[in-house]
Amino acid sequence: MSDTYTITPEIEAFIEECKGKEFSKSYLIAVLHKIQAKYGFLPNNLMEEVAIRMEIPTSKVYGVATFYHMFTLVPEGKHIVNICLGTACYVKGAEQVLNSLKNSLKIDLNQTTEDGLFTLKATRCIGTCGLAPVVMVDEKVYSNVTPDDVPVIIAKYKNK
Amino acid sequence: MGKDIINNYLKIKETSHQRLKDAGYFDRIKIQVGSATCENASGAQDVYTEFEKMVKASGRSDILLHMTGCTGHCSSEPIVGVFIPGDIPVKYGHVTPQKAFEIFTSHVQGNGGPVVDMILDKKTDRLYNHEFVFCGQGTKCGDKSDKVAQAFKEKIKQLGMEETIKVASGVCFGVCNDMNNTSATACYVFPERVFYGNITEADLDEIIEQHIKNNTIVKRLVVKLDRVNNHFFEHYGDVEYFNHQLRLTLKNCGVIDPESIEEYIHFGGFEALANSLQNDSPQAIIDKIRISGLRGRGGGGYPTATKWANTRNAKGDRKFIICNADEGDPGAFMDRSMLEGDPFSVIEGMIIGGYSISSERGFIYIRAEYPLAIERLENAIKLARENGFLGENILGSGYSFDIELRLGAGAFVCGEETALIHSIEGMRGMPRPRPPYPSQKGLWGYPTMINNVETLANVPVILLNGPEWFASVGTEGSKGTKVFALAGKINQTGLVEVPMGTTLRDIIFKNGGGIKDGKKFKAVQTGGPSGGCLPESYLDTIVDYDSLNKAGSIMGSGGMIVLSEDDCMVDIAKFFLEFTQNESCGKCTPCREGTKRMLEILEKITAGLGTMEDLDKLERLGSVIRKASLCGLGQTAPNPVLSTLRHFRDEYETHVKDKKCPAGRCKKLLKYEIIAEKCVGCTACARRCPVQCISGSPKQVHVIDQSRCIKCGMCFEACKFDAVKFN
Amino acid sequence: MTENTKMVTLIIDGKKVEVPHGTSIMNAAELLGIKVPRLCYHPKLSVEGACRVCIVEVKGARNFIASCATPVAEGMEVTTTSPEIRQARRDIVELILDNHPKDCQTCERDGNCELQRLAYAMGVRNRYFEGEKKNYEKDLSGAAVVRDPNKCILCQRCVRVCEEVQGVTCLSQAHRGFKTVVMPAFDLPFAESVCTGCGQCINVCPTAAFLEKDSTKQVWKALADPELTVIAQFAPSVRAAIGEGFGLPPGRNMQGEVITALKLVGCDIVFDTTFGADLTIVEEANEFVQRLTKGGTLPMITSCSAAWMKYVEQFHPTILDHISTCKSPMSMVSAMTKSFYAQKQNIDPAKIFNLAVMCCTAKKYEAARPEMCDEHGRPYTDTVITTREFVWMLKSLGIDLPNLEKSEPDPVLGFATGAADIFGATGGVMEAALRTAYEIVTGETLIDINFNAVRGMKGIKEANVNVSGTEVKVAVAHGLGNARQLMRQVEDGTSPYHFIEIMGCPGGCIGGGGQPYAGTNVMPLDQNMLEARARALYNIDEHKVLRKSHENPYVQRLYKEFLGKPLSEVSHKYLHTHYKQHFPVGI
Repeated sequence: MSDTYTITPEIEAFIEECKGKEFSKSYLIAVLHKIQAKYGFLPNNLMEEVAIRMEIPTSKVYGVATFYHMFTLVPEGKHIVNICLGTACYVKGAEQVLNSLKNSLKIDLNQTTEDGLFTLKATRCIGTCGLAPVVMVDEKVYSNVTPDDVPVIIAKYKNK
Repeated sequence: MGKDIINNYLKIKETSHQRLKDAGYFDRIKIQVGSATCENASGAQDVYTEFEKMVKASGRSDILLHMTGCTGHCSSEPIVGVFIPGDIPVKYGHVTPQKAFEIFTSHVQGNGGPVVDMILDKKTDRLYNHEFVFCGQGTKCGDKSDKVAQAFKEKIKQLGMEETIKVASGVCFGVCNDMNNTSATACYVFPERVFYGNITEADLDEIIEQHIKNNTIVKRLVVKLDRVNNHFFEHYGDVEYFNHQLRLTLKNCGVIDPESIEEYIHFGGFEALANSLQNDSPQAIIDKIRISGLRGRGGGGYPTATKWANTRNAKGDRKFIICNADEGDPGAFMDRSMLEGDPFSVIEGMIIGGYSISSERGFIYIRAEYPLAIERLENAIKLARENGFLGENILGSGYSFDIELRLGAGAFVCGEETALIHSIEGMRGMPRPRPPYPSQKGLWGYPTMINNVETLANVPVILLNGPEWFASVGTEGSKGTKVFALAGKINQTGLVEVPMGTTLRDIIFKNGGGIKDGKKFKAVQTGGPSGGCLPESYLDTIVDYDSLNKAGSIMGSGGMIVLSEDDCMVDIAKFFLEFTQNESCGKCTPCREGTKRMLEILEKITAGLGTMEDLDKLERLGSVIRKASLCGLGQTAPNPVLSTLRHFRDEYETHVKDKKCPAGRCKKLLKYEIIAEKCVGCTACARRCPVQCISGSPKQVHVIDQSRCIKCGMCFEACKFDAVKFN
Repeated sequence: MTENTKMVTLIIDGKKVEVPHGTSIMNAAELLGIKVPRLCYHPKLSVEGACRVCIVEVKGARNFIASCATPVAEGMEVTTTSPEIRQARRDIVELILDNHPKDCQTCERDGNCELQRLAYAMGVRNRYFEGEKKNYEKDLSGAAVVRDPNKCILCQRCVRVCEEVQGVTCLSQAHRGFKTVVMPAFDLPFAESVCTGCGQCINVCPTAAFLEKDSTKQVWKALADPELTVIAQFAPSVRAAIGEGFGLPPGRNMQGEVITALKLVGCDIVFDTTFGADLTIVEEANEFVQRLTKGGTLPMITSCSAAWMKYVEQFHPTILDHISTCKSPMSMVSAMTKSFYAQKQNIDPAKIFNLAVMCCTAKKYEAARPEMCDEHGRPYTDTVITTREFVWMLKSLGIDLPNLEKSEPDPVLGFATGAADIFGATGGVMEAALRTAYEIVTGETLIDINFNAVRGMKGIKEANVNVSGTEVKVAVAHGLGNARQLMRQVEDGTSPYHFIEIMGCPGGCIGGGGQPYAGTNVMPLDQNMLEARARALYNIDEHKVLRKSHENPYVQRLYKEFLGKPLSEVSHKYLHTHYKQHFPVGI
């Protein structure tokens, strides 16, 4: 299973580049970002690999990985549905939109649909408060979302 | 080597100008489309693509499709500007690809002129002939400007020219010192773009006769307006949303292409840097910043010059400067807009800051949640390097400096200085006790200066216009302007930059256009999760560091959420506490354990299970968390609770004693009922109810089984006959 | 005057005090007899400033200030005793308690718990803020150390000691906020982690979040089994520290009382691990001389510390051929009881139950290692209990150790020279080995047998010893973090030494992870306490007639009757082993 996740040549090159720099250990978060971007989560075997290559204790790598919200330790769906629960969105009804998302996807927050298509997550403010409430599917931001918009938005990604 | 720096700069400026000229920047028709996270979210990219297609199809080479960052006028996005040389600049709001087609064919192609009903702010069915924007009430001139403007308005009204002449009051132009008559004011006129200074009521008739009736400029009144933000004013000064603002740090946002260093240079970019390197010692720059009175815009309000001087004077082989772009407050997006709309200003501020503390390396710590800002910053750093503003021997000055981007990974606490340093070092973003302060021992143990995005963006402004001028804007203790991110139940959401000393009332009702849907104002939340909620009686509080503190809130980084009668203050307090509790790093006891207990108590209260003793417990916990926590996150975490307890205690008591939520936000306290007289038995509610707790046959009165109701409100939404009520 | 020696005058609770620049408010207050209540602070570790119990008021400061983390400043006015401070401290301690199990009476640290003492002192008598509590699984997988996250109050002392003192960094904080947990990487069970079992986390933990794996049940069972011959041994350091468990000051030699107690508990035979120490020295000194004179791998590095062995296998697997092949004294004694002694007494080795009372938690792990088992896969050492566990056992039987008569060990595998007693202190093995090696190489009698350069609590010590014209360079390190520094040189091939002694715990075995908890006014790892324990061992040595291991007549007899000569084939079968790379590979 863990063979599926390897340090790709790109990631390896990046680690090597970081190691050549001053204060090389400070690039740990940047390296974890690369792995997260590649696999959608941080596989344990790669964290250990990073620890050995960057000479950072594994427990520290794990400590960093679990500290930051953006790193996840389990694989996620193909599409990440992020609902903003920032202040502006909250006062403009994000909770109802969230309920609608839960109903449409039949999952709870931080879960992945059975078909592996969607993971539902809540995010902190993405800084588009003027357009609240917003839902982000992958990189695309949907603004002024109402509970009724949700099935329409989700449908767009069903076949992608 | 003395003189070379300015000469080198001027050479760069010249070639840069030539490149713009070659691109037709100055003489082509400009179609300007905003492109920032928020603009894109509202569909700006599709609009841009549409224009792109049309420009191509038209075969016209005199049209320049111009991308900018965002202006911050979120509620009207996407915004498209059409600038035809010699014409009044026209800005359209809420543009869709379909509307883009209309704009292009009618306005740009010239078949039918501007599409009037889509123009921002346009309240009549045709364009005004002239727009007069008077200097607004500054802190120095009192209401004299208003008097002149009112008199002018009156005259226009008497002449029956309200439909064709617009009279507006803007923000303080900051030209008071240039005027010799104490009762005089100033005004800017579109589309001629002339600036009349020194006008009194006695001059108004002449303006009407000459300027309006004869279309000739009153030359004797014309003054040259020479401020850093001229170009913003020229682009947007006729839009009400903007002319109540004083755009200093946001002066380029929505004007320049954030990916073009040429445009930044064209509007005075890097001039402050060149001047400083040429003429000022590092100490001289710090002195200027001290005179300007600039205080940190990240929330603390620490005097910037002191921070710089402390880092400069600290012992260390090397020093670092960090730009804190970890904008984490939910509801705040000032930094994002600034970095997406004008990344160069921040970079220029950083280089100057770096020079003043003799640092050779700077870091921008930015949230990974801001991909577009990251992209634009990366591009801007690259361009600055290519043009000699970053790297070895900047502008031939012998000073070398470079900037590296470091990404966060989602942790609010990393906005705290020492946590941020740990995060850059690749560790868990946990704060540590201070002292030693970062200015003594920061990144990797070296003296480190950390400044917020907006603080740094102010630096070139101060140096270009002079610190004394900057100090003339604002209040005694808080100088310059502050950018706020207006959001919540307000008509015009978006970014506003106003002079320190503006009242909350003005920001909410003038800049923000009042409360949405005609609802009643209830409170304004400033400072995000670290701040507090202020009620109506505090609306005349002015925004400066000290006044807001005194009122029980804080300036914070600039988030401003407006709440209406529909919002429950206990629920809002709970929301913020949930946020800080979730973002607590877990290091110190009061914050880790205390916020959890406070949240549990608030959950109890909003579920109707609270006691009066719980309110005392909230205060006791709030006090220990505030006074004993390790870092700013913990020390301010109880603020939303304590400030609402202070200003809205009755609302808490209603929740506790009467088990009611007056705003109807606390679900568990709601009771949905069907009004028998109004129910027609359409079954809509029963069909929508997710737990099937509504019974009743078609055409019979329906009933809700209270024991099973989950208070989701679906029945309320489903009923078309107003037969479902809740209390 | 340099900045460091500059004096600063400040006022604490109305009294003037002058202290050197850089002193913390907490330490300055101590000069006035005010011991500001504290929890996460530990003098041997970096300042965390996390628990906030030690807050004080400083005039002009908006908020309370952690006195452990704040240096004094000229003219500072500090209040440590205001009603607000008292209230805030009490609230903070209560907040900790509210997220802590309410099982004091059945907790192994009842009466020895810093949190319990603090709660009492702060006057927490009611609970105002109770709510959700953490609820995690205990990790009982480790052979040496077990972990109960529910008892953890996140003071981070364990994390700091594991990283800063031991350089193992097995433990780190994971997750954040209310959900923060101290754990090994990937929340691995201890057994699969890089934990060396040194037990320093237990020593510094203010509560019972870390404990040794409880082995007392097996001991009770064996003692009650009439079929078994229970043979006990106990480490040199046990005698120097066990008195503290009964309220005696540190540094009392309790050898005789321990033997009496072991007999009282029901052990059939009581040997002494010091015999094994003498045996180890004879083997190890010969091994060293062989390497030195016949061109073997140098520097040779000692192997008797169990935590150190797991550490080096994980973190420095490329230098394993530097490690002495000798087993530890405990394992040597155990191997001899089940071979030589069993034969001699005609006992079936399978019916021998070897009980070892150790200052060490890692010995539990060592005992279970396959390398330490006989040809049938049975461990030579059946059960290891720590000094602490032994104290509990005695207390449960009402045995009042300080008032027992002294007894002598069974001499066959119990008699020891002074060289063996000093094994328990850092530098002791080196000193003992040098006493013997010198005489092997030179054939002369060593006159001044005290090698003072390798004694004491300095982290890394070195000495040059002239052995018939050859400069032998030796180094001694205690605490795994110090060891790492020396090992880097060995890995690089730049190590200037011939012989290195490594002890896993600070102070050597006397500072082991299984020693009695520090008393009310002493901090774990306290230097004075460690020095007192060490002094007890050096005293024993000084008062003995025989102070060189090879002079031990019972060791000599053992060679004559069973082993032949040092490094013989029989020796290798029972007393030596080989170490190999250990997974998980640590970093």
